[in-house]
Amino acid sequence: MANKKIGSQTIMLENAPSIIGVSSIVGPKEGQGPLKDYFDLIINDMYYQEKSWEKAERKMMKEAVEMAIKNSKIPYNAIEYFIAGDLLNQIISAGYTARDLGLPFLGIYGACSTMAEGLALGAMIVDGGFADNVVIATSSHFCTAERQYRFPLEFGNQRPPTSQTTVTGAGAAVISSKVDNPKITYITIGKVIDMGEKNPNDMGTAMAPAAVDTIVKHFEDTKRSQDYYDLVVTGDLASIGKDIAEDLLKEKGLNLSNRYSDCGLMIFSPYQDVHAGGSGCGCAAVVFCGYIFKEMKKGRFNKVLLVATGALMSTTSNQQGESIPCIAHAVAIENL
Amino acid sequence: MPKSDITLEQKKYKEFAETKKPKPPVLRNVISAFIVGGIICTIGQIILNFYVSIGMDKLKEAPAATSATMVFLGAFLTGIGVYDQIGKRAGAGSIVPITGFANSIVSPAMEFKAEGFIFGVAAKMFVVAGPVIVYGMTISMIIGFIYYFLKL
Repeated sequence: MANKKIGSQTIMLENAPSIIGVSSIVGPKEGQGPLKDYFDLIINDMYYQEKSWEKAERKMMKEAVEMAIKNSKIPYNAIEYFIAGDLLNQIISAGYTARDLGLPFLGIYGACSTMAEGLALGAMIVDGGFADNVVIATSSHFCTAERQYRFPLEFGNQRPPTSQTTVTGAGAAVISSKVDNPKITYITIGKVIDMGEKNPNDMGTAMAPAAVDTIVKHFEDTKRSQDYYDLVVTGDLASIGKDIAEDLLKEKGLNLSNRYSDCGLMIFSPYQDVHAGGSGCGCAAVVFCGYIFKEMKKGRFNKVLLVATGALMSTTSNQQGESIPCIAHAVAIENL
Repeated sequence: MPKSDITLEQKKYKEFAETKKPKPPVLRNVISAFIVGGIICTIGQIILNFYVSIGMDKLKEAPAATSATMVFLGAFLTGIGVYDQIGKRAGAGSIVPITGFANSIVSPAMEFKAEGFIFGVAAKMFVVAGPVIVYGMTISMIIGFIYYFLKL
């Protein structure tokens, strides 16, 4: 009998595992953005002294994991599982990082929702008593994502205003049974929602309904009031997606007003030539591990709902004319 | 493409989302494309006039030498990371001229060097320009045939 599940899609974590250490590493552009003071490390070289961007990305992920473990002040060998994913084909950043870390590894793919998926799975493992300490990580890199999904960097094309900029960054978090704050209390696993959007240069529009669906389910399942959270933050809907999500939420009777925000808008300033805003696995990861976590530690936020959103398409499905299936997972993180 | 499987809900969402999207600055884009494209063509004309002035044949040698020079310039500006900055503002103004063609070949060749010279540089060189070459040649053949038969 599943005794931890409430409502249709939500899990209540009775033991409320804690996030005891996080870290965030970002690229140069993110390091000039409004959240620059919150990141643990800003790299100035997109290659990060490696031979390829792919290697640079996995180096960021590896260092983020090591730094998160260090920040959590538990010994390295106390970590029992490593859960990670990224955007690259066959999640190579996570796979190679796991090779170098030598930890038991579970690879996950949720596109840009990976941070929330990782937090959810890690928290379930710890809450269920399957491990005491789990580290989760995700990363994305502007150059590796561009070359996989779009055009070569030096190609002189024009981006439409709806397009988003992939965040260069890696975030990692250690989830533990140790009693500390903040804690993960509820998880709402999202359903895949496809509203028939086909434009890969407009992910916010495609993903907004998935975010809204998960947020609405979360409030229904937990029976929490709409002003319960200090901050409800979506992953990377960016300006257009956030605008749509706000309207859809109101339509469903949820008025989060100024407590709703989006990582894709927080990480860059509008003057950084990023079009609609940031995207990528790294977007929700570094905003959470950098800004949100640190502000929770200080007590500025005490109840946060992180809803990372992901578009589950590939260049192949897109070229074959298929629409974009999208997902969002919600993780409630609270100081108790 | 499957068109029939769009639900009413999806259609409504599409219409609603459309109202939220910012319009691309068409007028500004068109004007900057016109100006930059014009500048590139003027440079080409100057080079052509120069080659003619040093005694090259006006219909055969000079245009070929001009094209080669413009391709070199496009490739060079791509290599030093300038062409994408021009393209970002000029759009079609810098894609349509032959310099844009050079950019579309040099940029993937540079980027895929990490995958080696055979499966990287050589194989990926035409990812952007390939369709242009295929359909450009197809159309030119069709026009060639039409021209041939009309002349008869």
